[in-house]
Amino acid sequence: MAEDTTIPLSTDDSPSVVLELIYRLKIKDVMSTALISAKRTDTLRHIQGLMRENYITGMPVAEDGRLVGVVSIDDIVTALDKGYIDDTAERRMTRNVIVLEDDMPLSFAISYLNKFRYGRYPVLNRNRELVGILTSKDVIKTLLVEMNREVLRLERNQLNGTAETQTPLNASSELEFKTVKFDFEGAGHGSMEIKKALKKLNLDPKLIRRIAVASYELEINQVVHSYGGTLRCDILPDRVVITAKDAGPGIENVELALQEGWSTANEWIRSLGFGAGMGLSNTKRVSDDFFIESTVGSGTSVRSVIRIGADASPPKEAGS
Amino acid sequence: MTIREMAKELGCELVQDEFEDAELSGGYTSDLLSDVMAHARAGEALITIQAHKNTVAVASLANLPAIVACNSRPIPPDMIEAAREEGIAILRTKETQYQVSGHLFALFATSTDRAI
Repeated sequence: MAEDTTIPLSTDDSPSVVLELIYRLKIKDVMSTALISAKRTDTLRHIQGLMRENYITGMPVAEDGRLVGVVSIDDIVTALDKGYIDDTAERRMTRNVIVLEDDMPLSFAISYLNKFRYGRYPVLNRNRELVGILTSKDVIKTLLVEMNREVLRLERNQLNGTAETQTPLNASSELEFKTVKFDFEGAGHGSMEIKKALKKLNLDPKLIRRIAVASYELEINQVVHSYGGTLRCDILPDRVVITAKDAGPGIENVELALQEGWSTANEWIRSLGFGAGMGLSNTKRVSDDFFIESTVGSGTSVRSVIRIGADASPPKEAGS
Repeated sequence: MTIREMAKELGCELVQDEFEDAELSGGYTSDLLSDVMAHARAGEALITIQAHKNTVAVASLANLPAIVACNSRPIPPDMIEAAREEGIAILRTKETQYQVSGHLFALFATSTDRAI
């Protein structure tokens, strides 16, 4: 494809205001929903006409609301060159299409645009129905609007002298970490810090491993499923307590969520190696005491207690 | 068998080579990070296609000193950076997880008393 569709924006090394934006905004906030699509039986000539009328360079081919392929301007040019412009879309379209899902964060669209160099990405919803299309133009437009809004907010704060200041760390907040929804880059950071702190205490490596399992699973759960939350570690003389609290949306059926293999994670989360439905059950297995409380609409709170010192429970078979 | 010996035996590219050349106790093959957390044992090499920063977090938390990225997966720079900080080796190979696992299994079966 001749046009350069890359977006010169790092999805892991930009200012935090920008990072927050690209993780907060979803594909559905950015994509075009005024969708022009073709049918399998349309000729390439017909599609070329549609492209010209609508000033677009690529078109999804759909059937009963489902994506079956894409015809790009390249396909049209090749068809004219080789003399098969009157063939149907079905015969010549690209079937192997890279798609986005509407609840992915915008950061995914940016990395797709930079990685695959395609000009447009059809967007599917949870039910795999075609709901929109996304080009680099959509991304840049939304980002400019949102960045302007952020800059304005920051300018106002500065004028009012209320620029956000970092609250100094004190002893009790040292092992408390924030998680951000879908921030897979930052996920795991809290658990690594907790592990380092425990290592300094010369705790039995098997106990550290159990605590690491609990903190990592709870941290990843917040990144995958919640609107964001906090992960906290309290080290007491006879036990270590990991507390994970999030701001929602809450778990509908806690009993189900505790079952191994049960997960509400979608395809793209699974493709990253998460969402196997083992998080809560892993946590429960390594805990001496395990508490979970969840209210739909307000959030989930999980506490995992692991006894240390003389009270430590004997090593378990797995994970040791 | 140490990590460097394994890299040599498998003909892997060493993508992150700042690590302590520890003795490996075996390998664990999985692309599900929760599964790795639950079942991999300390000192094993992680054989996977999950090549991102979180693979390093999991390896570090589970005390796995080496990651073997299969199928020539591209290794993102932030993953290499994270592994360097944690002193975890990253090896990359064209082979599939199945092939690497088979090779390692055979190597461990002949070179040490601890095969699996």
